[in-house]
Amino acid sequence: MERIPILRMGDLLLVTIQVDMHDRLALTLQDDLTQAICTHVARGVLIDISSLEMVDSFIGRMLANISSMARILDAVTVVVGMQPAVAITLVELGMSLDGVRTALNVEKGMALLRGSLDLEPREEEEDAAD
Amino acid sequence: MSSSFKSRLPEILKKHQPELVKEWGVAQATRLSKQGAISPEELREQSAEFLKRLAKAVETDSTGQIDGAAFDPVKEHLASVSRGRTLQGFTSSETASFVFSLKRPLFNQINKELGSASSEIAQEILAIGDLIDALGLFTVEAYQKTREEVILRQGQELLELSTPVVKLWDGVLALPLIGTLDSARTQVVMESLLQKIVETGADVAIIDITGVPTVDTLVAQHLLKTVTAARLMGADCIISGIRPQIAQTIVHLGVELGDIITKASLADAFKVAIQRAGLAVVKVAAKKAN
Repeated sequence: MERIPILRMGDLLLVTIQVDMHDRLALTLQDDLTQAICTHVARGVLIDISSLEMVDSFIGRMLANISSMARILDAVTVVVGMQPAVAITLVELGMSLDGVRTALNVEKGMALLRGSLDLEPREEEEDAAD
Repeated sequence: MSSSFKSRLPEILKKHQPELVKEWGVAQATRLSKQGAISPEELREQSAEFLKRLAKAVETDSTGQIDGAAFDPVKEHLASVSRGRTLQGFTSSETASFVFSLKRPLFNQINKELGSASSEIAQEILAIGDLIDALGLFTVEAYQKTREEVILRQGQELLELSTPVVKLWDGVLALPLIGTLDSARTQVVMESLLQKIVETGADVAIIDITGVPTVDTLVAQHLLKTVTAARLMGADCIISGIRPQIAQTIVHLGVELGDIITKASLADAFKVAIQRAGLAVVKVAAKKAN
């Protein structure tokens, strides 16, 4: 069965969507990703959708769902590389993906992830010091 | 017009073309207000060409209607003359007078040719009158069509011109909006902004609405859409240039701008954008003192 690979990089998980998403593929990805976050105790997830040229409301909702699920599992999700056409489509569909972090490209997404993750250990250290 | 009636128009057109061109030229010159916009030679050339094509057309097609295929060359020439006049800035009546001013010289020729046969003259004049009227109407139609094309093109150009995306700094874009925002413009604005964000890799986009005369719920909704689309791509938007009246309207209408940063002036918005990028604007003197 077709699957979207999930790569592990230290605390982070990398997902690059290179094919057109269909509904079953999206559900499989949802399963695999939540599984992977639990197994690897990942702190951050980066989803690159720069090759994705078509979206529908289902895929839009799936992106929002994945982000919410990851948050419950204590991981930050960043969606990067959304194409202008995709952004316009999602807005026209009325999906603003509130709560999903976005970045322009993988590099900026990584910086965003590192930035938001670096802050949390420090807070823990401060808590420990108290 | 009886079916037995055989118009002598083709014959007259052929025989007296040089006189017709000359007389017609004089008639046209008196009707045109913009003297000099068309040179006499050009006018003569257009007239001669028209008469030549008309003579050929009436020879093959004697129905008195201009819908036939025989009249296609005539209409083609008229359309091109009409287009030329439109672009030179002539009015519609001046353009139409190109054809209508042919009536008098033609009638004169017919008078000379037929002399005494008065019943024939009446028929001839009626037939020619109808033909010229039809051609005149066609000219006006062509004029109108050219005008519409010009208006359409201008509208499109305006649409493109009015939505420039400018780069203020590395990673900072500005979109100065001027004029009313409707759905079609929002689409263009959104597309050009998002495209520019991709090209420049900008983190912040400032949408300046100083030039937007009124903000109603629809315009606000369009702005929100643009901001949301930019955010989806990973760029933050700041809305600047909000005038006091506009702020009042937005609150009165109950438009919820959410967590979008809004600033009164473009300068304020730029300051925020610069700070986001980790930069600061300092005076040269202060820098030297340090």
